[in-house]
Amino acid sequence: MKHKTFFWFVFPSVLLMILFIALPLVSVVTQSLYSKHEQVIVEVENCGPFGCTKATTVDQEATAALEEAEPLGKWAGLDIYKDRNHLAISEVGQAWINADGLPDFGRTLMNLPFYKALGFTITYTAIVTPLTIILGFFIAIAVNSVARAMRGPTIFFSLLPMIVTPLVGSLIIFWMVDARGILGTGLQWLASDPSLSVKASTPLMWAMLMFYGVWHSAPFAFIVYYAGLQTVNQDTLEAAMIDGASRWERIRYVVVPHLAPLTTFIALIQLMDNFRVFEPIISFSAAAHATSLSYAIFNDLGGETRLLSSAAATSVLTIIFVAMLLSPVLVRTWRDFGTQK
Amino acid sequence: MSVATRRPLNVRFLATSFLVLWLIMAAFPFLWTLWGSFKVEGDFFSKADWANSLFGTLTRVETGGAFTGDGYYGAWIQEEFWRAALNTVIVCFFVVTISLTCGTLAGYALSRSTYRYAFWLLLFALIFRAMPPITLVSGYLLPFFEWNLWGHLSTTIIVLVAINQPFTLWMLHSFFKNIPKDLDESAMVDGCTRFQAFRHVIIPVMWPGVITTGLFSFLLAFNDFATTTMLLSKENHTMIPKIFSFLGTTQTKGNVMFAVAAVVSVTAPLFVMILFFQRQIVSGLTAGAVKG
Amino acid sequence: MQNGRDSVVAEIHAAKIVATRVLHRNLEIQLGEYKHMTLMKKLTLGTVIAALGTTAAMADGHGGCTEGRLNIVGNEFPAIQTVAAAAVACAGDDAEANLTADHQKINVAGMTGNPAEYTTAIVANSSIVALINEDVIQPLDDLVAAHGQDIPKQQLITVDGKIMAVAFMANAQHLVYRADVLEQIGADVPTSYEDVLAAAEKIRAEGIMEHPVGGAYAAGWNLAQEFTNMYIGTGGQFFEPGSAQVSINNAQGVEALEMMKALSAYMNPDYLTHDSNATSAEWEAGNVALMNMWGSRTGVLMDDEGSAPEVYENTKVGGPLMVGDSGTPATTLWWDGWTVAKNVSDEDAAATFTAMAAGVSPDILNDETMSQAVWLMEGFEPAPVNEGVLAAVAAGSTPYPMVPYQGLLHTALGDNIADFLQGSESAEQTLADIEAAYTAAAKENGFLQ
Repeated sequence: MKHKTFFWFVFPSVLLMILFIALPLVSVVTQSLYSKHEQVIVEVENCGPFGCTKATTVDQEATAALEEAEPLGKWAGLDIYKDRNHLAISEVGQAWINADGLPDFGRTLMNLPFYKALGFTITYTAIVTPLTIILGFFIAIAVNSVARAMRGPTIFFSLLPMIVTPLVGSLIIFWMVDARGILGTGLQWLASDPSLSVKASTPLMWAMLMFYGVWHSAPFAFIVYYAGLQTVNQDTLEAAMIDGASRWERIRYVVVPHLAPLTTFIALIQLMDNFRVFEPIISFSAAAHATSLSYAIFNDLGGETRLLSSAAATSVLTIIFVAMLLSPVLVRTWRDFGTQK
Repeated sequence: MSVATRRPLNVRFLATSFLVLWLIMAAFPFLWTLWGSFKVEGDFFSKADWANSLFGTLTRVETGGAFTGDGYYGAWIQEEFWRAALNTVIVCFFVVTISLTCGTLAGYALSRSTYRYAFWLLLFALIFRAMPPITLVSGYLLPFFEWNLWGHLSTTIIVLVAINQPFTLWMLHSFFKNIPKDLDESAMVDGCTRFQAFRHVIIPVMWPGVITTGLFSFLLAFNDFATTTMLLSKENHTMIPKIFSFLGTTQTKGNVMFAVAAVVSVTAPLFVMILFFQRQIVSGLTAGAVKG
Repeated sequence: MQNGRDSVVAEIHAAKIVATRVLHRNLEIQLGEYKHMTLMKKLTLGTVIAALGTTAAMADGHGGCTEGRLNIVGNEFPAIQTVAAAAVACAGDDAEANLTADHQKINVAGMTGNPAEYTTAIVANSSIVALINEDVIQPLDDLVAAHGQDIPKQQLITVDGKIMAVAFMANAQHLVYRADVLEQIGADVPTSYEDVLAAAEKIRAEGIMEHPVGGAYAAGWNLAQEFTNMYIGTGGQFFEPGSAQVSINNAQGVEALEMMKALSAYMNPDYLTHDSNATSAEWEAGNVALMNMWGSRTGVLMDDEGSAPEVYENTKVGGPLMVGDSGTPATTLWWDGWTVAKNVSDEDAAATFTAMAAGVSPDILNDETMSQAVWLMEGFEPAPVNEGVLAAVAAGSTPYPMVPYQGLLHTALGDNIADFLQGSESAEQTLADIEAAYTAAAKENGFLQ
């Protein structure tokens, strides 16, 4: 395709992405390299309906002068990345020296907020992504063989976990797995342990978050595969059948290769989405048991005093990790581009 | 479906029971919600005994009957949920249309270009998508307030389109790669320009992919929470922030049931929509079969 | 049980004497008149009609509102809805209000531009500091002098002598108990957490309830709030005086954590996921007999919706709880109030001020709005549900600290305390983690160098 034609075809899309994603990305990276100015603290007396108390406040005039001098804030370089709430370089170094064996080092590491979040995020991504793809694939195969009249409702019900507003959807699931909810009671009955509570135990909470993750995103893999199945070459299938290929062989040698590009796509999107896992942690109030990188960002931005630089640094780290995670898939796409030439 | 009929019985049994199991898992929470939406809050979140939500013990005490439409009345009439529904229709329609227009053009170009920069463009789109949406949205706030763009439906539509563009690009790129190059290239040999080839040859066969991508754009716009709550003013709120405001930080009694009723009632139009899409996707089957 | 009731009443009376120092005359009179009020219930209807009359008259005549822009940003609970509606009615048709749970995420951005999108933000004593830190609200002294002469002095929030906000309601956490359960075990109404533990043990031992204690212990903001209460109750200081240097890794910190852990043993095992909504739901289900709860939430617990009669009829409020022997109640006092944006024209500031002043004038009090909050304006008639908040005020409780970096500490607390409660580390380790997390955040925000 000619350069000029290509340019006009992609122009609207690229313009939007530059304006609304690339520019904010630049500002986020900049933000993460600066910390706030020194805040000049003065002691004051505050009064209100409950009497007067001694407190402190920011001296606006003195602070304004500092702000004027450096409008972006104080240059921090990589300090924010290295502090305890992020990569915690010096704390990790200390732990490595003082650790009494590897398990002890691991415990110290998991006590640092960033590594704790990273630990859950990586486990979640590693488990949920493949399960989603496999489950989605089998649902697509199964739905594709349903009688045509039944397909609409089947597709609709299969899509429900994705359609029902995650906000309320997870609230309802959260209630259902409560020790006195219908699923929670069911689990207690299955495990014959009347004191079993998913919300009270860290391993069970992790399992539930992951189960929810697969349940919620399997419809995505399903519908992509289902659409892909519609374009499988029927002639090839018939030919394979005449050659005596079993059903499994037909799937293995005709359907799976046909769906391979879609699998790449699903894997990319799912890896990325799972790495940014956030909503279930909020909806399930799971913060005591599991935190993720996105949760850390939310926490920085949602407090009474917002930690903009800290949130920016965590965002940049998230992007870097996602890029590392996707690199195998990207290398593959790169090679595809090479062979096409 | 000649393939399906020729399957051995045990495989069919296995496939059917797998599907039934999945459907139960997928639909049960929703059906439970549907049932519970006609109860009072005390029954829906039956802390005392889960069976209350089946029999509506408190619903009987509080309203006299085993079922109540209070949640629906409260959401749609008292809280004027229809306004939010209207806003959602506007937002979804424009997000899907604009997303797909930009996305099909770019996705098609990306799938046909053999230059390295196409790869880099895709790569950057992907990196862009890795950005956590909360960071993006909180970055928008200041300039939007400054330039008086905050609160309008149009701003939110553009933002949602932009945030969704990387996804749309990748998805359509994958679909277009599945459409053989010979199709449009032979049209160009016959004297069509690139755009004419796209219009007359590609558009007719691209629907399964486009419909599926459109479905995701739609769901994104429909289910988005972060952008719509932060960027829309109160009167322009779409359904999700509205539902969230029913829940609130300090739940006012009964309002939770407004949220539940609202969630159930917005699922009905989706049902119709998906039935429609399903036919579109299947109609693509013939188009796909032609290509061989 | 009768003893329990009486002791609370006696306590409130005793506290009233102490209150002279703390309380404004107005609140005090209300407390004193509380007993009369209950007798005079019949009279209130008349008062309400009169009040409604004035509101209507005000709406017609646009009250004392001057011309200009009004745009409110604030939280969305009913009391704020009432205030915003009255302010908007006074200011006229162009006035807007954006009341949302996410107000804290948009208020700074919405007030930074010039002119500011929002001319006023409704905040609490914890959230006003973000606006002061970012310098987006203006001192109200001149406006009060010009238009606000009749705003009672106790509603004015001053920082360093400058009026920064006008408060209109108060809130606090205090004991809520089930009178029938306490009667059953023959216990008095607890006044301290030690009493709560003893009563809880009895309730469990007698097999009445397995998890008799409730509390909003959800990891995050709620848990941090409970620690803040408890730590204040032990007499601890959060920071070294006059600086942003945190100092909670001490005996009081350990005591506070140990008490929380002791209480959690009597809570539902899921307590780390229970925010105040979930805790209230537990209460209404009749699973809990004693809990520390927000005064603003007790109204719904005592009405006849959502729970069995034996639960709502026996739900009673007590005073704030003590811990140890510091003499300071383990609770914090809160106010909600309104501010005026800095980056607005004088005309808009005056319009905003007059509209908001009308929004929190005594005229907004009527039969429906009276129960929405513990209002600070004159004419507020406390109901039995409000006893707890008033007792907390009267007992000389500490207001939630209005300190620029308190929010950072709150976040650090919320992130780390669960580790201790779950038994995965020692109290000292948890407190050290909190200090380290806070210090890193405070450095980034320029409070520490």
